[in-house]
Amino acid sequence: MYMDAIIAGFGGQGVMLIGNLLAYAGMHHGLEVTYIPVYGPEMRGGTANCTVVLSDEPIGSPIIHTPQSLIIMNGPSLTKFAPRLVDGGVLVLNTSLVPEETADASRVRVIGVPANEIADGIGNTRMANMVALGAYVAATEVMPLDVVEASLSSVISSHYSHLIPKNVEALRAGAACVKR
Amino acid sequence: MSERVFLKGNEAIARAALAAGMRCYFGYPITPQNDIPELLSAELPKAGGEFVQAESEVAAANMLLGAAACGVRAMTTSSSPGISLMQEAISYMAGSELPGVIVNMNRGGPGLGDIGPSQGDYYQATRGGGHGDYRTLVLAPGTVQEAYDLTMLAFDLAFHYRNPVMVLGDAILGQMKEPVTPHTPARTADPEAASWCLQGAVGRPGRIIKSLFLEDGALAGQNTRLAAKYQAMEAEVRAEQFLVEDAELVVVAYGSIGRIAKSTVRKLRNAGHKVGLVRPITLFPFPSAMLRALADQGKRFLTLEHNLGQMVDDVRLAIRTVADSAFHGHLPGNLPTPNDFEAPILTALGADH
Amino acid sequence: MQEIRVTNYPEVLVDRPTHYCPGCQHGIAHRLVAEALTDLGVVDKTIAVSSIGCSVFLYNYLNLDTVEAPHGRAPAVATGVKRARPDAVVFTYQGDGDLASIGMAEIMHCANRGERVTVIFVNNTVYGMTGGQMAPTTLVGQKTTTCPGGRCLEREGAPIRMSEIIASLGGTAYCERVAVNTVKNVLGAKKAIRKAFQYQLDGKGFSFVEVLSTCPTNWRMTPVAANERVASEMIPYFPLGTFKDIAATEGA
Repeated sequence: MYMDAIIAGFGGQGVMLIGNLLAYAGMHHGLEVTYIPVYGPEMRGGTANCTVVLSDEPIGSPIIHTPQSLIIMNGPSLTKFAPRLVDGGVLVLNTSLVPEETADASRVRVIGVPANEIADGIGNTRMANMVALGAYVAATEVMPLDVVEASLSSVISSHYSHLIPKNVEALRAGAACVKR
Repeated sequence: MSERVFLKGNEAIARAALAAGMRCYFGYPITPQNDIPELLSAELPKAGGEFVQAESEVAAANMLLGAAACGVRAMTTSSSPGISLMQEAISYMAGSELPGVIVNMNRGGPGLGDIGPSQGDYYQATRGGGHGDYRTLVLAPGTVQEAYDLTMLAFDLAFHYRNPVMVLGDAILGQMKEPVTPHTPARTADPEAASWCLQGAVGRPGRIIKSLFLEDGALAGQNTRLAAKYQAMEAEVRAEQFLVEDAELVVVAYGSIGRIAKSTVRKLRNAGHKVGLVRPITLFPFPSAMLRALADQGKRFLTLEHNLGQMVDDVRLAIRTVADSAFHGHLPGNLPTPNDFEAPILTALGADH
Repeated sequence: MQEIRVTNYPEVLVDRPTHYCPGCQHGIAHRLVAEALTDLGVVDKTIAVSSIGCSVFLYNYLNLDTVEAPHGRAPAVATGVKRARPDAVVFTYQGDGDLASIGMAEIMHCANRGERVTVIFVNNTVYGMTGGQMAPTTLVGQKTTTCPGGRCLEREGAPIRMSEIIASLGGTAYCERVAVNTVKNVLGAKKAIRKAFQYQLDGKGFSFVEVLSTCPTNWRMTPVAANERVASEMIPYFPLGTFKDIAATEGA
């Protein structure tokens, strides 16, 4: 098993948080994992991104130029990373901010998720990132969603632990969106 | 097996130093290694140790020298420009035969450079770095677990050889996170240091720890002793071999670049190319004998680095009478990915691409 | 009145011929340090940090555990020593080029942190070992090998008064400038050095004693003339006295 992902969006959309969560879940699932936040000159230009690699054997590069999957939370990130996605790769796209038709569905597998709307429906627009991650896990089947849910406590400080049930709800809503 | 924890490379180094019984830490802020002093400023005092934010890297390294003279486990960490400032004290420590751990999370240069990764400090690390004729042991982790393990090892080696030991990482290793299995090392202190360290001259003459040898023949004697010590360090050589057995081309790369190149090697292997990887883990001593043995088997070589070409000198020296090494340098300022190494490897293989 | 034999000297002082020049006052400073450590009964828990310059040879004259610091870095090395061995008595012994020029950052921050160490600062207004070049404490008009026409205020600035600076720092518990040019001043210097170590033992903070000293060789003077210069030229610019004593300000 091998999967890598670049997760990108505006600063403040929580892309680092879900990258960490995915990596923690991979570790709890018994996989080898790496997580690296964007670094250096790439940081400029308004997007934040991180790379997560999941594998059942020791991982080589933690930095990936042509990823097998993407979670894209905003327009500039789609422009930057979509051309680098491998043919047939998985693109989870936040269609609340990026029209689904801007992605090239003939080359890659586009999973459109109105993450902000779904998060609003749950009552917290800031959980759009969790909706997108839920959709990603369902679409790629890299691991069961309950492993991700159980890993929330690793990335959410105890001060905010009361928000974990809402985050679980957001993850599930995202996953459900894929199944429909 | 104890539970895996998910750590940044920088955090792993700090945690390993704590587990290894470090008593004193001295540092000065510089990106990209600030997680280390930040973590230690909170955790080291709790463990009964001393944390000092020094006024400069010059001072931090000299504080390390002072603590080392007392025979306690001590460390300083920095990144390239700061490591340059530490060279004075490192030279004195080598000359005075003092044990200490110095971590360099290599960033881009020359000058202020950037805060991204680089291997531009290979020469500085492996050639002593400061004035005078000396060597430091250099350990180059490629994974976060290795950063943890080699930091622990660094303390043991520093005291075994009474010599500064450098852990040479980079901005990638410092910032990336990986699972680490923490453990307790076999030793967390060095009681045999009591035979040479400073503790107050109780019932014995005062001890002098110095690097000044003015008396006729004294410096020659000291340098002869040091040379023998550096020779003995050959026992510590370490390297990872990956798919080299039937390889026609051996890629040589260390640290983060070693692991990034590993992904490229895997991909090209899957495409049927006979390529393997040697990843030196100790840079001094250098795994020359291993490379020479591979050269004797008729293999060809390509050295990949994140600089203009530094380690390639050591590769070429190792294999000089039987083979040569091609070189590809990915220059600091650009983040390297496995894709960047495909074309150079295929070219070195003589394959079409 | 108690009889005092002038040939007595503390055991920690090594019985060997001095290599210092005739009329040099390092020997007096060494002896005062030796007497203070002996009087306080701390010789066997003392760690000395020697510096670069003529002062480096401290370890040839005091039978103490000693580490040699790079030029100017003695206060940083002493910080490392003290943090590693908090129960040890730790002191540096530095000249003016070492402490007030290349080591300015280290001395300032060591004092400001209030490290529990003692600094003996021997100020003879010149780089001695390297052949008499201009030091940060060289007096205006004083001729050296790198200011052959005499130190010029406009070009080289004014000599630095270290005790006044050190006294202004928060971590300093005790700061005094002394001289060893007269018997009275030697006795005052002895008292100051002893007090500085006592403050360290009491954990009061950083302690600093500046010792005005001669360098007849590089001043191109006879020992007697050099000693007279201390009173006629140095003390007027570098006044003797206590610049800080936290016990006094606390009213203790």
